[in-house]
Amino acid sequence: MAFLEINALRKRFGPLEILKGIDLTLEKGGFLVLVGPSGCGKSTLLNTIAGLESISAGEIRIEGRTINDLHPSKRDIAMVFQSYALYPNMTVEQNMAFGMEMRGVAKPQRDKAVADVAKTLQIEHLLKRRPGQLSGGQRQRVAMGRALVRQPRVFLFDEPLSNLDAKLRVDMRVEIKRLHQQTNATIVYVTHDQIEAMTLATCIAVLKDGELQQVGTPYEVYNSPANLFVADFMGSPAMNLLDGKVTRDGGAPLIVLERVNHPPIVIPPPASADASKLVDGAKVIFGIRPEAVNDGDSVDRTAILVARFEANVEIVEPAGSDTFVVTRVAGKEMTARMRADADVRVGRPHAFAFNLDKAALFDPETTRRI
Amino acid sequence: MTAVDALRAAPVREPTRHSTTTRVVIYGLLTVFAVVYLLPLVVMVMTSLKPLDEVTGGNMFYAPKDLTFEPWSKAWGTACVGLTCDGIKGYFWNSIKMVVPAVIISTLLGALNGYVLTKWRFPAHKLVFGMMLFACFIPFQSVLIPMATILGKLGEFGRSLDDSIGFSFGFGNPTVNLVLVHVVYGLGFTTLFFRNYYEAFPTELIRAAMIDGAGFFRIFRRILLPSSGPIIIVTVIYQFTNIWNDFLFGATFAAGESSPMTVALYNIVNTSTGVIEYNVNMATAIIAAGPTLLVYVVAGRYFVRGLMAGAVKG
Repeated sequence: MAFLEINALRKRFGPLEILKGIDLTLEKGGFLVLVGPSGCGKSTLLNTIAGLESISAGEIRIEGRTINDLHPSKRDIAMVFQSYALYPNMTVEQNMAFGMEMRGVAKPQRDKAVADVAKTLQIEHLLKRRPGQLSGGQRQRVAMGRALVRQPRVFLFDEPLSNLDAKLRVDMRVEIKRLHQQTNATIVYVTHDQIEAMTLATCIAVLKDGELQQVGTPYEVYNSPANLFVADFMGSPAMNLLDGKVTRDGGAPLIVLERVNHPPIVIPPPASADASKLVDGAKVIFGIRPEAVNDGDSVDRTAILVARFEANVEIVEPAGSDTFVVTRVAGKEMTARMRADADVRVGRPHAFAFNLDKAALFDPETTRRI
Repeated sequence: MTAVDALRAAPVREPTRHSTTTRVVIYGLLTVFAVVYLLPLVVMVMTSLKPLDEVTGGNMFYAPKDLTFEPWSKAWGTACVGLTCDGIKGYFWNSIKMVVPAVIISTLLGALNGYVLTKWRFPAHKLVFGMMLFACFIPFQSVLIPMATILGKLGEFGRSLDDSIGFSFGFGNPTVNLVLVHVVYGLGFTTLFFRNYYEAFPTELIRAAMIDGAGFFRIFRRILLPSSGPIIIVTVIYQFTNIWNDFLFGATFAAGESSPMTVALYNIVNTSTGVIEYNVNMATAIIAAGPTLLVYVVAGRYFVRGLMAGAVKG
């Protein structure tokens, strides 16, 4: 039995259905990241787990106990809010101890618990200050401290890093990951940032319009996206999605990517695709991540299926660690990720290679992976 | 354009004669209006410090030659209000006894309403708020008769309580009646103030407190009220001045001994017997205006600040 179970959860606001039957499970000590574009219902889902929103149908269980109708304070959860939600009129110490005070924990015990957590988070010197006197990163730490001090069964994080600047965000991301490894806490985390999702999660749930698109480990979600939405949403720069056509010349199917002023690229379907579904003449979408598109020399040596071709370089973006090269295939821009010192010139033809082990095929009708 | 560019683009203005003239005009106008507004007060204070023959015989803009505090002590202790000649001290306390509870109760209820209307919303919350706003637009005069009927019923209830258990719990007491009237009438305004202020108050704080296990009233008392300083001050000033200065309700629902300060002032000034003691009248008027003046001087700057805070969103 899973630690946190969500069964057929639905949430309606009047005629509007925000969550359309969510099924999720999370093991003890797991780190579940709910990711999706804004308005996909991820925060609503988190709020229903917290008990801040009621649910219209379905069930939420923690350790086998149904908590659907329990008051938020009785669910044994702690939540870190996007705005941190620190009580402005109380000191850091009072903020952290407020929950315990409400539950009637004696003062000496409260002080001890606060001191312990403050030490872990290195915020001892801030205890007497008020939230208004803290920087963004410090507030974030205090908000986590307030959650930690409760020692809840499940931690809920609602986009906790989105109010921080880029550098601090990376630092705090590491901090959260370290915290998770140290305490082995069970965490549900909401973000719209797919990099946060990839780096933190043990399990990612991708949501769109109130429906789960895919649930899996970061590796699964990244390398075998269930549909076009997940393929496009996860990864930066995004996966190249090119229009192609199937030809079956006698035996094995082939994928043809048409090009203007160039011979078409003809490639065998990736091994992950179900070849029996590739009917002659069918339209497909060929998805390949930028890092699986290289120049001829630097293609992954362990790759089994490689397709080579030449194309005109349109744009070169040196990013320091890599160079992104934009070319045009099948009428669409295609980004390739090359070595930083690759000799690529704009307007010249260049040798490219697809690592087909990492490619995927999608059905344009259903958007599902073939 | 950055701020630096904007600074550069702005024409450099030298402190020339032109700007001096502007300053003279501005400060001149300000001084003129300050004098215009202060003059009545100055004349009142001067008149109240003169003996009566100097008031009737002299010019009201002259400083008192023969300085006396006698009109003040007479106003406070021995002036005749109607038939009794005990000064206005009793009426002053009547007003205090009415204003303080009325302000506290209406402010607290307004805060509670604002809290519910923004943080514990129910389906018809907008309708309820809209209807409460009507209280701000209803003219005082139009509620006099229905209010008199209700107060009469409450008075009867008080008398029957007094007959049966020997204590009326304040039902029918004129001061209690006035407190009730002012609380009911003030609720629309106090609710409006607090609702607009709490509208901008982050709801996540309420949710955090809920998860921490605080209940409805605990959140109100521990999280919301401590952050409501500016709007409490606005509401208290507004309610205090309105209730203290009210004449109509005071004159209608509290007669004789239990009338508030404003009614007593009217009775002193409008006495139809003997000479009109302008100096005593002036002293009485200043005493009557004193508490509101004091409130503005002490808390005035928070008033503007709080009004702005509430005005940003809502």
